[in-house]
Amino acid sequence: MADLRNNFVGIKSPNPFWLASAPPTDKAYNVERAFKAGWGGVVWKTLGEEGPPVVNVNGPRYGAIWGADRRLLGLNNIELITDRDLQTNLREMKQVKMNWPDRALIASIMVPCEEESWKAILPLVEETGADGIELNFGCPHGMSERGMGAAVGQVPEYIEMVVRWCKQYTRMPVITKLTPNITDIRRPARAAKQGGTDAVSLINTINSITSVNLDTFSPEPSIDGRGSHGGYCGPAVKPIALNMVAEIARDPETSGLPISGIGGVTTWRDAAEFLVLGAGNVQVCTAAMTYGFKIVDEMISGLAAWMDEKGHRTLDDITGRAVPNVSDWQYLNLNYIAKAKIDQDACIKCGRCHIACEDTSHQAITNFVDGVRHFEVMEDECVGCNLCVNVCPVENCITMEGLPAGALDERTGKVVESTYANWTTHPNNPMARQAAE
Amino acid sequence: MERLETGIHAGRLSPAEYDDNFSDLHPRLDKHEALVASDRCYFCYDAPCMTACPTSIDIPLFIRQISTGNPIGSAKTIFDQNILGGMCARVCPTEELCEQACVRNTAEEKPVEIGRLQRYATDTAMNAGKQFYSRAASSGRKIAVIGAGPAGLAAAHRLAVKGHDVVIYDAKPKSGGLNEYGIATYKSVDDFAQKEVDYVLSIGGIEVKNGQLLGRDFSLSDLQAQYDAVFLGIGLAGVNALKVDGESLPGVEDAVDFIAKLRQSGDKGTVAIGRRVVVLGGGMTAIDAAVQAKLLGAEEVTICYRRGKEHMNASEFEQDLAASKGVIIRHWLAPKSIVAKNGAVAGIEVEYTALAEGRLVTTGETGVIAADQIFKAIGQTFEASGLGALRTEAGRIAIDGEGRTSIEGVWAGGDCVLGGDDLTVSAVAQGRDAAESINRVLAAGLQPAVAVA
Repeated sequence: MADLRNNFVGIKSPNPFWLASAPPTDKAYNVERAFKAGWGGVVWKTLGEEGPPVVNVNGPRYGAIWGADRRLLGLNNIELITDRDLQTNLREMKQVKMNWPDRALIASIMVPCEEESWKAILPLVEETGADGIELNFGCPHGMSERGMGAAVGQVPEYIEMVVRWCKQYTRMPVITKLTPNITDIRRPARAAKQGGTDAVSLINTINSITSVNLDTFSPEPSIDGRGSHGGYCGPAVKPIALNMVAEIARDPETSGLPISGIGGVTTWRDAAEFLVLGAGNVQVCTAAMTYGFKIVDEMISGLAAWMDEKGHRTLDDITGRAVPNVSDWQYLNLNYIAKAKIDQDACIKCGRCHIACEDTSHQAITNFVDGVRHFEVMEDECVGCNLCVNVCPVENCITMEGLPAGALDERTGKVVESTYANWTTHPNNPMARQAAE
Repeated sequence: MERLETGIHAGRLSPAEYDDNFSDLHPRLDKHEALVASDRCYFCYDAPCMTACPTSIDIPLFIRQISTGNPIGSAKTIFDQNILGGMCARVCPTEELCEQACVRNTAEEKPVEIGRLQRYATDTAMNAGKQFYSRAASSGRKIAVIGAGPAGLAAAHRLAVKGHDVVIYDAKPKSGGLNEYGIATYKSVDDFAQKEVDYVLSIGGIEVKNGQLLGRDFSLSDLQAQYDAVFLGIGLAGVNALKVDGESLPGVEDAVDFIAKLRQSGDKGTVAIGRRVVVLGGGMTAIDAAVQAKLLGAEEVTICYRRGKEHMNASEFEQDLAASKGVIIRHWLAPKSIVAKNGAVAGIEVEYTALAEGRLVTTGETGVIAADQIFKAIGQTFEASGLGALRTEAGRIAIDGEGRTSIEGVWAGGDCVLGGDDLTVSAVAQGRDAAESINRVLAAGLQPAVAVA
């Protein structure tokens, strides 16, 4: 049986599924329910400075986009950090940690970018018995207008500086949470490492407007006729998050830096993908906000079943396993030739592969053969682009089949070579390096 | 009235039971249901459902329009091809047409609910009073349409759109043809047939003369003299005779008359029905009569069909519907004689049948089914006078691919023509296409025979 116990920068939890700092971890009531449901850890909703807490809007805080059957694909949030008194949060955190010593409890923190502010809050948090802190450098709305959150995360020098303060003033492990609202995620990650962070977590939410009301011309969610960009999350952001995690995992300067993966984790499969791309654990929010805390059951059993099936015993066996396979485009093997293949028994004859290929790609799929509705790949036209696979509504009906070495590529008339060759040495590349004599 | 009184009586059920029994068979989808149902459409290329539709409605497009919150645009997509799309959404045997062709049948044996989605869109537009068509500048041409049924209405509407003036002659007091008189009540509630007629006529330029019977009040040649073109959509006015003893007894009725009477009665409690009813036939009419007999409170309703289940014209869905209402369907039974008692129907003697070398024969075995009412639903026939030398073939009007008859300037479509499949939707397609043909001829200012020199 797979062992899902997680040790993330020394913070132990019974499984790698943590709830991200967000509305679900706002107070003891929710967190207690989460732990009862089986979550391995929580990052408590971001604490602010001592004093009057922030206030939230009193209208809608969330916007969304949906897929078929109104399945929630993307959520947008304009809620700020905790709007509860600091002392209340600290008291509850301490009690919860006492009640659940085997679970991870991390405090997310966001205070002004001044040394005194960080120096003041860290001992208070430490006193709760929290296992670590997460620096909220990601919140993209509201707080960033006040010079915090993403406003810090977008300036690598600030990140380094604040991380350094934290490492100086607390013994707790420091996780630096990064914003994706930048051009190159490696820069803030390097800065965090430079400052001495124990780990990074990413991604925080993405600046977004989910929709516009076409009657009132107000962005949604609309507060009395006006909207503000919010933070986008949920299944729709997963591909962006996966890439950013992988970029940090394979960057020589940050390679080996522990990563807590965040962004659209909805199923065990999503979690496994983050782990193999270099994450040591994952944080979840939107899926819980959509379906409730019970989804962790599926995540735990699904991840364990997959690990058992594949013979992976511990999380260390899988973390980072896909990282070596993440490559720059220029190193992809141009001698690899694949062709689409349609399983005629599985085909329901919807014709979408044909029209996608015919209208927008390479005119490589028939629609009629001998006067009968029939969809088949013409290998002499197929470039192996995979679009037909992606638009087909039946899983595994269309597959991409790699041609074996020695086979004829009917499109180019060339024989498939067994050797690896990439763009860096390709004759069409004016920058091609001379092959070693 | 006691529920189980022998004989033919009205008022077997309570008013609430009548209301319940004759309510909408498939209520309109609400918005949420329509969105869920429309989500299932794959937007197929060269969609098989569209090919299967006799009127070639762009089904993937109209469903996509529903899914994007544009039911009005969806309705226009439907009406562009089929101005009677509202009724077709209610009465089409979709399980044998569009929904049978749906690729979701292959995927998971459950098609997209095309018929119900079509009703959602068309009802939305019609309830909003949304009109999509206006008349072209007047052509100065006048066209007579005989028959205000699906074929005639579709032809008249398309002709009106083209700017022609149309006069429809119909024998019945109300327009709509079989939509008004021939469809089971639970498929067209709330006087929908008349609402649809009004909707179609609201384009203007169409005058309807009701109570005008071809052969009695006017002849085809009368109209030819007055109009630039004539379209015949006169349906099937006759019914096949049973030709067995006792056929003229009280209690033996044509199913089409029973269905029409029921449709026209506001209070179903006034329609008399037997305690035991036998319906003869195997088509949609037989099912409609049998199911409604049951809904009126008949204790026992039996359909007798002289061939097997696989030969029945009624769709699988219709057969299942009848069974679900408690109708017994018996196969391989032919009527032999009607049994009388005290001058009224008491039962029907039937003879077993079989196929011998491809021919239907009786086996000599007989039996009697008790009945106090018998409905004949053994087929309708083309019956008309006043058509002059119009050529018929196999008992129906012969037409070419455009709906042109043997007489220059005369077109025909719907059930009255040869090669039809007796479906509302096919009648609409033929009426529409004949109108296009008429328009082409008139626009060219030429008669077709002259055009080919």
